[in-house]
Amino acid sequence: MNLLKNYSINRFLSLIPALIMFFLVFSETDFSFENLNFLSFNLIYILIFYWILKNPDILGYGFIFLAGIVNDVVIGLPIGVSSITYLILSGFAAYLRYLTVQPSLIYDWIVFVPSIAVTNSVYYYILRIFFDINVNYIALVINTGITILFYPIFAILFNFLSKIIATKR
Amino acid sequence: MVTSRDDFSIAIRSAFLKKSVKQKFSLLALIIISVVLLSLESINSKSLNFVRSAIKDVIYRTSFITSIPGNIISPMFSNIQGHFELYEKYEMVKLELQQLNDQQNQINYLKIENNKLKKVIDDNSVHSYETITSKVLVDKESPFLKSVILNKGFNSGLKKGMPVLKGSYFVGRITEVNYLSSRVLLISDLNSKIPVIVEPMGYQAIMSGTGNEFALLDFLPKNHQLEVGNLVYTSGRGGIFFPGIPIGRVELVEEKFSVIFFTDLNQLYFTNVITSEPMTGKQ
Repeated sequence: MNLLKNYSINRFLSLIPALIMFFLVFSETDFSFENLNFLSFNLIYILIFYWILKNPDILGYGFIFLAGIVNDVVIGLPIGVSSITYLILSGFAAYLRYLTVQPSLIYDWIVFVPSIAVTNSVYYYILRIFFDINVNYIALVINTGITILFYPIFAILFNFLSKIIATKR
Repeated sequence: MVTSRDDFSIAIRSAFLKKSVKQKFSLLALIIISVVLLSLESINSKSLNFVRSAIKDVIYRTSFITSIPGNIISPMFSNIQGHFELYEKYEMVKLELQQLNDQQNQINYLKIENNKLKKVIDDNSVHSYETITSKVLVDKESPFLKSVILNKGFNSGLKKGMPVLKGSYFVGRITEVNYLSSRVLLISDLNSKIPVIVEPMGYQAIMSGTGNEFALLDFLPKNHQLEVGNLVYTSGRGGIFFPGIPIGRVELVEEKFSVIFFTDLNQLYFTNVITSEPMTGKQ
């Protein structure tokens, strides 16, 4: 009985990152600061990068792909754009995971910079070149910068959650 | 940290091709599927459109339900603040009402005079139109793209390109129609281009969204004499929209003549979609 209870708690805890991801893409939660709408950050990028880097089984590629599709539909982008960008970011994180022997927050953070820069560039160019959709370039750059700044804070929070999951296991 | 070339290629291969026990798809397979989906976007077939419309309707409804907690909590703060400023606002509204009453009297007089003059020049054009009231289902505005989802689609007679108003003010046009929902591209979006007329000078221009709370006026006459306070209306050029729908007022933003909208586009709850055709006036 106790084993079953522990299993259920552990299962629920493991689902938290995926639940957060789907809540973010479905809901209108927009991480922009009050009265400063151009100052926003992308929590989904941080979430994907962190969990693919630390524990890819928690946030499967299939879920990430689906979250991208939902995000495109909700925001009104051509279906597939967000999926590609999310998966490219996952690629960077997975590549870093296979390459890293001793993980450290600073090193992850440094690699997060080119990863998100490439990811957002792909996002921008797909929309601009293939679909002729104008994107506010400055807002995108600011969003990229602030997402980078926020990475360590959320990485520490996710680390905490990751430890709880590991302990329950 | 491993540095040899082989290890790099092994890491790339592992990252994109390998899948763990719990993973059902490799990263590369999903990227390929995403590219295929993206290329399908440009194909316009009836069956594909039906599938797309069904998926979008389901996602919009789910998004609406997921957003309910946030939509309940966020207005609470402004409600509390509103209660503190109640008396001050009441005094202001009283003053505004007095001014509006004075203006209304003037407008009534001008209306009568205008009708008389129209009879003299034999102008019978009628700008009355049919509208459908629609609720905003989702207003997830990305920091880069500005649009909202309405709870009515082609089952209610909505079509692509129809103008959308809040009250009597123009706020955008429909860019995507599904069976039960539709998307409105707001006039603040970077991709929005609306033919407008600036009064009282009568300048024709194209109003381009900036992604912010204002829009810019393109293709104005070379030696224009715009002034702060001039009013901007839809021009009706090209027969897309009815002429004379108010949009905003000309103001100086960063030393450029810009249009400040009459409506706060972040506060859209109900909208009116004009379903009549501008040229004929019929539905």
